[in-house]
Amino acid sequence: MDFASQFVQQLINGISLGSIYALIALGYTMIYGIIKLINFAHGDIYMVGAYIGFFAITMIHVSIVPALLISMVVTGLLGMLVERLAYKPLRQAPRISVLITAIGVSFFLEYTSMYFVSPTPRTFPAVFDNVSLHFGSFMVNGQQLLIFGITFILMVVLTYIVQKTKIGKAMRAVSFDVETAQLMGIDADRVISITFGIGSALAAAAGVLVGVYYNSIDPLMGIMPGLKAFVAAVLGGIGILPGAMAGGLILGVIEALVSGFISSTFRDAAAFAILILVLLFKPSGLLGKNTREKV
Amino acid sequence: MGTMLQIDDINVYYGAIHAIKGISLKVDQGEIVTLIGANGAGKSTTLRTISGLLKPKSGKITFEGKNIAGLPAHAIVKAGISQVPEGRRIFANMTVQENLDLGAYARQDTDGVAKDLKVVFERFPRLLERKNQEAGTLSGGEQQMLAMGRALMSRPRLLLLDEPSMGLAPLLIKEIFSIIQDINQTGTTILLVEQNANMALSIANRAYVLETGRITLSGEAQKLAASEDVRKAYLGG
Ligand SMILES: Nc1ncnc2c1ncn2[C@@H]1O[C@H](COP(=O)(O)OP(=O)(O)OP(=O)(O)O)[C@@H](O)[C@H]1O
Ligand SMILES: [Mg+2]
Repeated sequence: MDFASQFVQQLINGISLGSIYALIALGYTMIYGIIKLINFAHGDIYMVGAYIGFFAITMIHVSIVPALLISMVVTGLLGMLVERLAYKPLRQAPRISVLITAIGVSFFLEYTSMYFVSPTPRTFPAVFDNVSLHFGSFMVNGQQLLIFGITFILMVVLTYIVQKTKIGKAMRAVSFDVETAQLMGIDADRVISITFGIGSALAAAAGVLVGVYYNSIDPLMGIMPGLKAFVAAVLGGIGILPGAMAGGLILGVIEALVSGFISSTFRDAAAFAILILVLLFKPSGLLGKNTREKV
Repeated sequence: MGTMLQIDDINVYYGAIHAIKGISLKVDQGEIVTLIGANGAGKSTTLRTISGLLKPKSGKITFEGKNIAGLPAHAIVKAGISQVPEGRRIFANMTVQENLDLGAYARQDTDGVAKDLKVVFERFPRLLERKNQEAGTLSGGEQQMLAMGRALMSRPRLLLLDEPSMGLAPLLIKEIFSIIQDINQTGTTILLVEQNANMALSIANRAYVLETGRITLSGEAQKLAASEDVRKAYLGG
């Protein structure tokens, strides 16, 4: 394979991986945007989503799209429940208390899952025959097409919801100024809850897609992608939706190029090197306004 | 003309700070009532308490016969009270149109909302010209008009205004005050907080003077404007 086609091949792999990061990063950034919380449990929500998709396919024998929808709905509700029980009582508390609670929720989800589904990885069933399209010397496989398609649809739907619908306007208003939003007659608690629901549903979709892509899921699978998606959200500009989409894709592509052309051992190092560089040179992220946060 | 809003002996705290120390006041239907006082007297705190952003520790707030103290802010908007907050607090990253849409958030009557939007654009033609512009790019006066238009979009029976003249040129202040009078004449009762006591007293029916969390004077606006004490303290001699 020549350099050009290997490059394109890595680009395709990178966009697949990056789509997953982007879906998780969207939830991070939405939740940060609305209550200024880095929800460290978000990667574990993604893990739960993968398991729900897994059980939907293996136990009630639905195909991939219904499994995806079931997982998104159930995980969305779980996200709302977590917010209601763990974060809502801390609305007036200092930010650090909420952050520590998020870490606690993360461990809780990881170890409760281990108890119920055992720590051993499960093999995600093959949802369709191994098809792949060849274009000259590079190829796109069916799983990758599924990831591109689903991610694209979800991003379009999310953008529509946030920009055009009443609840989307309410979300933007609460995120900009929660008090004034309430003066408009917006029930901020409800809007926050719905934001957690949507963010968690997107993470669930990512979880199911990863199961399809890598065939293996386990209760700690959320840790690394959770951190990576956080990097992606910061890279794009935390709190900015297109930033999370772009950040996820860029990160995925960089990781794929690093593992393809340098060595896969540097893959994770590359992601965190990016985090450090962003924090040093453009803390507000690629799409963020360049204002320094007051300390 | 019945009593629309009645506040009985409310106490409001910020943590340990006792900001409102037993205030009572009332607003009758159809009136313009103004609440004047120096910086830090507790004017904004009073309005924020009426709107439900702050909960009084004790006391009663009755609006149209119902006790609303302790209701969440969004429910108070539904009950018919809307506030133009201090510093305008427009949604700077949204368009003028979106800001006005948000003002009508609690309403279900699409036709009524469309009608009120027309009324707001008639009252503030500059907002119509700029309806697709980002609100953050408006001038100070335009932002004040947007904040007022937005508050009117909920079709309030009682409108709370917190220092609408803040930071505006004298000519613009005149314009804003005549709009306030006009809004009142078309049937909206008004509680107006101002540091610009001269202007406020000139359009109000009645007034209350607030000093460090207590009401120290109250009465007809014209009489207060003429009173020696008020002139000395608030009207610059
Ligand atoms: N968020 C807060 N936390 C603590 N204290 C506050 C807070 N907001 C206001 N206060 C205090 O409560 C008192 C009343 O403040 P308030 O904002 O109601 O005054 P105001 O009459 O509106 O003043 P201004 O004319 O400057 O707007 C002040 O002593 C102020 O310092
Ligand atoms: Mg004030």
